[in-house]
Amino acid sequence: MDLLLFLAASVRIGVPYTLAALGATFSERGGVINIALEGMMLNGALAYVLGAYWTGQAWAGVAAAVAAGVLTGLIHAIVTVRFRADQITSGLGINLLAAGLTKFVLTQVFHSSSNSSRVVGLSDWSLPGLDRLPALGPVLATPLVLLTLVLVLLGQALLFRSVFGLRLRGIGERPEAAATLGLPVALYRYAGVLISGALSGLAGAWLASEQHCFTDGMTNGRGYIAIAAMIVGKWSPLGAAAACLMFGAAEALQITLQGSAFPSEVLQMLPYLVTMLALAGFIGRAVPPRALGTPYDPENA
Amino acid sequence: MALALVAGAGFIVAIGEDPLAIYAIMLHETLGTGYGIGQTLFKATPLIFCGLAVAVGFRAGLFNIGAEGQLTVAAFAAALVGARLAGLPATLLLPLVLVVAIAAGAAWAAVPGVLKARFGAHEVINTIMLNFIAAALVSYLGRGVFQPATVRTAEIGVGATLPRLEVWIPALHGSPANLSLLLGLVAAALVGVLLFRSRLGYELRALGLNAAAAQYGGVPIGATQVKAMAISGALAGLAGMNFVLGYKHFFELGFSAGAGFLGIAVALLGRNHPAGVVLAALFFGALSHGGLAINQRVPKELVDVLQAIVILLAICTQQVVERVARRMPS
Repeated sequence: MDLLLFLAASVRIGVPYTLAALGATFSERGGVINIALEGMMLNGALAYVLGAYWTGQAWAGVAAAVAAGVLTGLIHAIVTVRFRADQITSGLGINLLAAGLTKFVLTQVFHSSSNSSRVVGLSDWSLPGLDRLPALGPVLATPLVLLTLVLVLLGQALLFRSVFGLRLRGIGERPEAAATLGLPVALYRYAGVLISGALSGLAGAWLASEQHCFTDGMTNGRGYIAIAAMIVGKWSPLGAAAACLMFGAAEALQITLQGSAFPSEVLQMLPYLVTMLALAGFIGRAVPPRALGTPYDPENA
Repeated sequence: MALALVAGAGFIVAIGEDPLAIYAIMLHETLGTGYGIGQTLFKATPLIFCGLAVAVGFRAGLFNIGAEGQLTVAAFAAALVGARLAGLPATLLLPLVLVVAIAAGAAWAAVPGVLKARFGAHEVINTIMLNFIAAALVSYLGRGVFQPATVRTAEIGVGATLPRLEVWIPALHGSPANLSLLLGLVAAALVGVLLFRSRLGYELRALGLNAAAAQYGGVPIGATQVKAMAISGALAGLAGMNFVLGYKHFFELGFSAGAGFLGIAVALLGRNHPAGVVLAALFFGALSHGGLAINQRVPKELVDVLQAIVILLAICTQQVVERVARRMPS
C-alpha cells in the first residue's frame, strides 16, 4: 500500500516533466535545441492562472496555458528557424524574458511580486472502476495524468510510426537530404517547436492547477530537468516518460525522507548526475539527432 | 538596441507611465550621479568576469552555460578559506583566497571539458547539470558552515577584503564599487593577450573556427578543450569576488543574481572580444541598476524583460547582418 502511494506521488510529480520532455523530443528530433522549456512552462502557468481567474473555468485556464506555450514557442521558432540565430542563446533569452514578463504581469494584475490570487484547479474525473483501485485510482482520475499518458503513447506513435514523424526525424538528421526530397524543412521545424511549446504550456497549467495559484519562478528549474529526462530517454517519448517517472520517484523519495538524517541534496543532484553519466555513455549511449543545433540555410546547403 | 528600447517603451505606456521620463530617470540615476556610476560599476564587475568566461569558451567553440555554478562553487570555497584563515596577513590571505577561487572555478568547469574531450558529451547540457549540482552541493555543505538561521558563511578576515573605490574617488561615495573592478579590467587585458598574442590562444581560436582543420594543423583537440574550459571556469570563479571580498565579505546563497547567465548575453553583445565584453558589461550593469532606480514608478522586472529582448534581437540582427555581408560581392 505504501509502495502504491509512493508510486502515485512519483507519477504526480513526474507529470509536468513528462509533458515538457515529450514536447522537447519533437523540437529536438526536428533539429532545434529547446532550452526554452522553462520559460514556456512559466508562461503557461501564468496563463492558466489568468484564464482561470478571469473566467472561473479551469479548462479555460488550460487552453490559455497551451496558447501561451505555443506563442512562446513561436518566438523561439522565429528566432532560430526564420533568423537562424543560435538556438541555445535564444532559449536562454526566452527563459529570461518569461521570468521577467511573468513577474511584471503578476505585479500589474495581482499587485504582488510573489504570488497570484487563488484560482480553481482542475477537478478529478470520477471514472467507473478507477475509484476501486487503491492509491493509483485517484491519480489516474486526474484529468491531466490521463491526458499525459495518452499523449505519450500518441507522441511515440506519431514520431516513430507516422509519415510526419519520419520526415521530422529526417529533417533533424539531414535537413539537406530532406530538402532535396522537397520537404519544407522550416515548416517541420516550426511544427516541432510549436508542439513543444503547447506541451510545455500544458505542463505549466498542471503546476498552476495543482497549486491553485501562480508563484514567482514556480517552475523552479523543472524545464531543465525535462531536458535532462529527454536526453536520458534518448530523444524518444517513451524513454523520456520513463526517465521522468524515475526523476519523479527521486523527488518523491526526497519528500519522504524530509526531516530524516539523510541529506536530501544528494537526491536533488540525482537527475543531473544520471544525465551526465548518460551523456558520457555510461548508461547506454545517448546520441543526439545529427543536425541538432545547426540552423538550416538553403543558400549554404 | 533601439528596437529593444522601443519595445520597453511599449510596456511602460501599457501601464500608464511616460516612457521618456522613465528612461530619463534611468539615465540620470546610472550615469548622472557619482553614486549611480559607482553602482553601475559595481553591477558591471561580475558581468565582466562572466562575460570573459563565456567569451573564452566561445572562441574555442565551447558554450559554457555553467558560469553560474562555477562562480557559486568558487565564491563558497573562497569565503570559507577567507574565514577559516582570517588571522593571516593580507599579503598572504588575499592571494590565497583568489587562488582558491580560481582553482575551484577552473576545476568545476574542467569536468564538462574532460567529458567533452574524452566522451564527446555536449558541454551545454553538462554545464547546465553542474549548475544544479553546484547549488545542491553548496546548500548541503552549507548546513555545516552557515551562520545559525541564515544561508551565509562567517565573515572573511580583514586581510582578504578588497577596499571600495570611494577610498580613492570620493565622488563614488556610498556605492559598493570596489577593487575587483580593476581585477576585472586586468583580467580582460590578460584574456586579450591570451587570445590574440599567445600560442594557446591561437590554438584555441583555431579549434573554435574549424576543429577538423585545427587537428590537421597539429592542435591537440582534447587538451585544448579542457584548457579552454578551465580558463573559462577560472574567470567565472573570480566573478564572485566582487561580492565576497569587496562588498558583503561573506558568501550567501543566491548572491549572484544570475550573473553567470547574463555573462552569456554580455559575451554575445561584446562579440567575444575582451574590450567588447567590458563595454557590454557596463551596459548591462547600468540597465540593472537603472531598473532599481525606477522601481518606484515601473516594476523593475521591466529591465529583465528589456535585457531578454536585447539578447533575442541581438542574435537575430547578427544573423541578418552576416547574411547581407555574405551576399555583397567582395
